[in-house]
Amino acid sequence: MNETQLNSFKTMPDENGRFGIHGGRFVAETLMPLILQVEAAYNEAKTDPDFNAELLYFQKHYVGRPSPLYFAERLTEHYGGAKLYLKRDELNHTGAHKINNVLGQALLAKKMGKTKIIAETGAGQHGVATATACALFNLECEVFMGAEDVKRQKPNVDRMRLLGATVHPVTSGTSTLKDAMNEALRYWVAHPDTHFYIIGTVAGPHPYPEMVRNFQSVIGTEAKEQLFEAEGRLPDALIACIGGGSNALGLFHPFLDDTDVTIYGVEAAGLGIDSGMHAASLTGGTPGVLHGNRTYLLQNDDGQIIDAHSISAGLDYPGIGPEHSWLHDIGRVHYVSATDEEALVQFQLCSRLEGIIPALEPSHALAFAAKQLPLMDKEQIVILNMCGRGDKDLEAVLPKLDERGLL
Amino acid sequence: MSKRLAASFAKAKQENRGILGIFVSAGDPDTNTSIKILDGLVESGVDMIELGMPFSDPMADGPAIQAASLRAIKSGMTLRGSLEIASQFRKKHADTPLILMGYYNPIYRYGVELFLKDAQAAGADGLIIVDLPPEEDVELCNPSQNSELDFIRLITPTTLGDRLPHVLEKASGFIYYVSIAGITGTKSAQMESISSAVNRIKQVSDLPVVTGFGIRTAEQAAHIASLGDGAIVGSAVVEIIAESDTQNLSAEDTARKVSDFTKLLADAISAHKPE
Repeated sequence: MNETQLNSFKTMPDENGRFGIHGGRFVAETLMPLILQVEAAYNEAKTDPDFNAELLYFQKHYVGRPSPLYFAERLTEHYGGAKLYLKRDELNHTGAHKINNVLGQALLAKKMGKTKIIAETGAGQHGVATATACALFNLECEVFMGAEDVKRQKPNVDRMRLLGATVHPVTSGTSTLKDAMNEALRYWVAHPDTHFYIIGTVAGPHPYPEMVRNFQSVIGTEAKEQLFEAEGRLPDALIACIGGGSNALGLFHPFLDDTDVTIYGVEAAGLGIDSGMHAASLTGGTPGVLHGNRTYLLQNDDGQIIDAHSISAGLDYPGIGPEHSWLHDIGRVHYVSATDEEALVQFQLCSRLEGIIPALEPSHALAFAAKQLPLMDKEQIVILNMCGRGDKDLEAVLPKLDERGLL
Repeated sequence: MSKRLAASFAKAKQENRGILGIFVSAGDPDTNTSIKILDGLVESGVDMIELGMPFSDPMADGPAIQAASLRAIKSGMTLRGSLEIASQFRKKHADTPLILMGYYNPIYRYGVELFLKDAQAAGADGLIIVDLPPEEDVELCNPSQNSELDFIRLITPTTLGDRLPHVLEKASGFIYYVSIAGITGTKSAQMESISSAVNRIKQVSDLPVVTGFGIRTAEQAAHIASLGDGAIVGSAVVEIIAESDTQNLSAEDTARKVSDFTKLLADAISAHKPE
């Protein structure tokens, strides 16, 4: 590393797509020419004023950006410590941060002359966002979704179908998100000329982790400006939940070089890290290679991937974006975890105190805030990424809240 | 090129035919049956074995080989176990080339240097690691250059352009031509496209070219083997193992069903004379 790089946390990845030892391009030869094409097209697009102007136009007039930065007064009072601001990305069109990235990649696909889009989805949020962008830009859309998730997330499957997408239930492997991603990659290999693969998180082979991060960084860039307007200063801490980690990196990345800002990523601890039933790749995993990149993975001693567990389908992934793995290795971001149970409590609390029904994913971030904010001074400020709304989770969550007497 | 591979290609050339390579997954459906299947393959006239080291997430494989991997893992197969099967095979069969095929993660977990050492000790002749393109040579290809193991490259229809010399640069053993844009065991390629691809590769490389992916019948195998230096059949063989497993056949019966099929392939290749 040269001196400039040592002075910044924002120069990664290198030309080989590495974030320290993580990242890279671990794909079959059939895919190599495709990802090299995507890389070349993206490198051209990211400095192209027309491309960026078009993206900005749709972010503003279609998605509704900038999303508000809202002072959550009642939660702040309840937690009894630092001031809590919520970055309201749940107010985006389609109800989550996923659309920020999808619009960018869909515009890139169009620019490359591709007419068909592939996407993987777990809970269906990325699938819905992709189906939405495909309707908008007149692209054919094929979404791969674990057969189990197709059953559990029927409303999102219905939304995708209404928007014109074809949903492929995936029955290979363990029929979960990781298998949906395997299947999407297999499908792409078989349709290299016509299709573009829109990956939904900051993972996969280079250039996806960098590209998705950059499209999501609008979250942190806005939040920084908005907090300066409201408080005239930087926050003391950032909190975001992490599955693959795209909402978190979107918030974190613009603040990485502001080293006075403490950053927390919250992984899903499921039934508890010790139970083995969790999705916390950094807290409970080891480095390995899956889906085109090296990163921390849930795996056994033989290098076989272990299924993740979380109440939140959006966090239920046995890996994590490679940049998070690097930020973990160098200690710039602190990675912590929250259990299913803790997330459920916050799901109800945030609904009751703020009139905001959070998705289960940011409920994990709130669960850490509930522990951390009381330890901080009242003058201190924390920004939490409210990355999705909870309507999609009601069917799963309400019976559980009922059982616990929280309804 | 490993001595065994060189001898196999030389023998086939002398007989004016291509080689027959067969893929099976180590430990599919269990260790005992797997070893008997391998013995049967050699007896039936197979020239080269491609032994799959099972991985939970085989990105480049179709349903048949995915299922084979999962059956093997379920029966307790590991990377270490795959190397043990290779080692037992080598004790009985001194001459048949054995290529280890797999994905990088189990090797990375095992340790690259240890893996190279143990794979050589087990008597393997080469490696096909699907998710290590030339861009990741630093991981395993470069360390393997000091070993006796050939590092076999996959060439695909999407690689045939400007990228070809780059991919062939560190190739050794033979070139594995993936005849379709897609995953294993799905569609079949057009003979004309295979023929022109093999010729294109041979303009750039002196290594033998063996074609695989989507070869299902003895006729296809014979024809395709004659277009280059050989053919590899995987999914069609693995499907016989799957069916035998469903029917609860004994290890002997499963091995016999597999070798009956591979004998048909071997005979067809021997009988087929170049046009």
